Amino acid sequence: MDNRQKEIDNLKDYKYGFTTDIENTRAPKGLNEDVIKFISNVKKEPQWMLDFRLKAYERFKHLKEPDWQKPKYPKIDYQDLYYYSAPKSMKDKPKNLDDLDPKLLETYKKLGIPLQEQKRLNGIAVDAVFDSVSVATTFREELTKQGIIFCPISEAIQNHPELVKKYLGSVIPVTDHFFATLNSAVFTDGSFAYIPEGVRCPMELSTYFRINASNTGQFERTLIIADKGSYVSYLEGCTAPMRDENQLHAANVELVALDDAEIKYSTVQNWYPGDKDGKGGIYNFVTKRGLCKGKNSKISWTQVETGSAITWKYPSCILKGDNSVGEFYSIAITNNHQKADTGTKMIHLGKNTKSKIISKGISAGHSDMTYRGLVDISPKAANSNNYTQCDSLLMGNKCGAHTVPYIKNKNSESNIAHEATTSKISEEQLHYCQQRGLSAEEAVGLIVNGFCKEVLQQLPMEFAVEAQKLVGISLEGSVG
Amino acid sequence: MKEQLQKDFDNTIRNLTLSQKDIEIKKFYLDNFINKGFPNRKEEDWKFSDLKQIIKKNIGELAFYSDYTSTNKVDTSAFVDGLEHNKIVFINGRIEKIDFDYEKKDQIEIIDQSETINKFNNNSSLSDLNSAFTNKSFKIVVKKGYQLLKPLIIYHTTNSKIWSKNINLRLNFELYENSSLRLIDLFRDTSEKNFINIFYNFNLKENSILKNYKVDKFENKNIKYSFNNIEQDKNSVSETFILSSGSNFCKNEINCNLNGKYSSAFVNGIFSLNNNKHHEIRTIINHLTENTKSYQLIKSVLEESSRAVYQGKIFVNSKAQKTDGYQLSKAILLNKDSEFNAKPELEIYADDVKCSHGSASGSLNEDSIFYLMSRGLNYQQSRELLINGFLLDVVEKITDPEVKNLIKNMIGIKE
Repeated sequence: MDNRQKEIDNLKDYKYGFTTDIENTRAPKGLNEDVIKFISNVKKEPQWMLDFRLKAYERFKHLKEPDWQKPKYPKIDYQDLYYYSAPKSMKDKPKNLDDLDPKLLETYKKLGIPLQEQKRLNGIAVDAVFDSVSVATTFREELTKQGIIFCPISEAIQNHPELVKKYLGSVIPVTDHFFATLNSAVFTDGSFAYIPEGVRCPMELSTYFRINASNTGQFERTLIIADKGSYVSYLEGCTAPMRDENQLHAANVELVALDDAEIKYSTVQNWYPGDKDGKGGIYNFVTKRGLCKGKNSKISWTQVETGSAITWKYPSCILKGDNSVGEFYSIAITNNHQKADTGTKMIHLGKNTKSKIISKGISAGHSDMTYRGLVDISPKAANSNNYTQCDSLLMGNKCGAHTVPYIKNKNSESNIAHEATTSKISEEQLHYCQQRGLSAEEAVGLIVNGFCKEVLQQLPMEFAVEAQKLVGISLEGSVG
Repeated sequence: MKEQLQKDFDNTIRNLTLSQKDIEIKKFYLDNFINKGFPNRKEEDWKFSDLKQIIKKNIGELAFYSDYTSTNKVDTSAFVDGLEHNKIVFINGRIEKIDFDYEKKDQIEIIDQSETINKFNNNSSLSDLNSAFTNKSFKIVVKKGYQLLKPLIIYHTTNSKIWSKNINLRLNFELYENSSLRLIDLFRDTSEKNFINIFYNFNLKENSILKNYKVDKFENKNIKYSFNNIEQDKNSVSETFILSSGSNFCKNEINCNLNGKYSSAFVNGIFSLNNNKHHEIRTIINHLTENTKSYQLIKSVLEESSRAVYQGKIFVNSKAQKTDGYQLSKAILLNKDSEFNAKPELEIYADDVKCSHGSASGSLNEDSIFYLMSRGLNYQQSRELLINGFLLDVVEKITDPEVKNLIKNMIGIKE
């Protein structure tokens, strides 16, 4: 038990809060056509890519910032941000890991993602994104043997323009909402994965995002394409240093699953949540959308949301292909002054489509948690099914837990079932555990883990362990 | 629409004896309405039912002035048989009769409030419209400890004399300590294409009981909106039952504030729709103090290209520990063109609560039909039996046996 206590003491403070002292190249502050041209130029992008960005920017100028969400935030001055920041040593991209700036390697080591050891240990291919650029991608050769493309998206634009051209913006068009369009205009880097027909990706693909520079917005873009009959499991993790000011993170993630393909996308989001009084922290305004384009395709989102000052995201599935399946598993934990407004959209367009939503929300301290979701069964989606379950757990009477589902059924042959509950940890359960010698905190940890189990089970092994720890840490100090 | 509103407003004012100050207040509401107009889909509360479009499509140009100087003949044959009751009769929006014959005269007070404008704590444009144009408005007070012997039926009758008119009604009820009232709203329309805008306010003091049954059963081509505000003190109980079926469009809104400990609110509703009717129920139950309870059950049967919407919200503030809130909505879609939309919402700031909601929609269960057919019923019979049973569940929630029988007979549900 002493060990556990030590571990908790170690982890109580946000352990990823350090900054790496590294030289940066930045784009001039502010948002205008020149900055976009600068980004495009630095990345040596072809003309079509620049046109894509400028089209998005043109549209962005006419968009108004949305304000319907529950967590309100002070107005962001979009002209006061840096839209591009890269470690200087990355200017000429290193050919392999040995050429990489040792400081960067050290940073990732500190984060628990040692880029070199990773090779031998876990068998996970990692793409590490530091501020605006991808610094390293591991396991390249082995993946290439199978025909799998896994690289930074800026490289994909150079080397695989036909794929990027075809799919970029096909799920999240440039004409989408405010933050998605902003991302389309200024996105800097991110991961790109293409799994060819019939290939089952032999290892987990993973991206690790890190915001380091201050005053920088991180806008990364991820595009994953699973061709016919392929399978891929993709992991995403994120951290940021502790800073007093709020930082904006507005990423776009697009998934495309063709006939019989399956994509499993897991996120453990642990951005800096701000201090105990709600100062600082990341604004996590992310657009994630998957398109089940082909027949019998499947997209599954799993997320563990413990960080960020404000989380505002709805990973969605568009079930276009007949018999396609969408799943959403989520744990969102808010403590102190954190705010989360998260959920999913399941849009049923094809016949016999199925979707399942399991959402678990836990709020403690002064935090506020909202599940907001949409299930829309269109008139053509005959014989479709949805099952939704969202449970909330409240700790203390200064926090809030809300459920706002939108349910639209336009097809008489389809079924929708939705249930939601809100409760607190029952005295009986606590008593039972304490009677058997657990402390109050341990008892709560155990019960909360049980509450989340349905979702934790969906995560790949390595992530599940980390996530389980995170759940415990996020709630430290909220009991009693 | 603006000129029409101004002209009709001036005509309405001419027929009333109002002080200059009251006219100013009414004018204020008129201006508010002119600014906001009818609610449309851009407003979150009207997301699923765009009233502006619905009025435009079904009515076109509305007139807001009605001549209330001459009386209408009250047709006694339209009264409910076999149940002794008190009456309030509205014909084409004009109050023709208030009759509490079965009750002790000194226990009920009817106060004419037409000349004082009572504010609603609702700042929607329809409330503004109502405040600007209501003609007569009454407050009905049930004195301390008095329980009405017979139910009160409010007849909302319209006939073919009116066309493309907007009618605004307003009633205010006050139930003092230990009193009780059973209230049935009965809609009978032979008119077409009118927009009826009703605002009720109920003030329930300690230990009082309100049972409100709204029955919109008879086929008609009108558009209706009804808003109920219910304020509840300690130990009070409110029961609202809504049968939403007859009108072309109908939206019932219930806003219930549980201000006193151990107060409870029950809302039960049935949508039984055909053709291209579009109905909505929206409820907001505010749990504002400890130990309050709410229960909601809404069931829909949707035929042809009809559409039902249920928006239910349970709000629990941080003081309202030990809240028990429950909400369930179920829908059967019988036709491929029918549509059910729901937004069951929970907003909770207290931790020691038990709140849940459920929502399900789908087709008739084929297994159940097979079961019944294998026992000799034909398809039509099986279907009817299942739908009957489905809806009976809600009707059985009515706590008043007399009214329960009346409603059962009215909608032809057999046991």
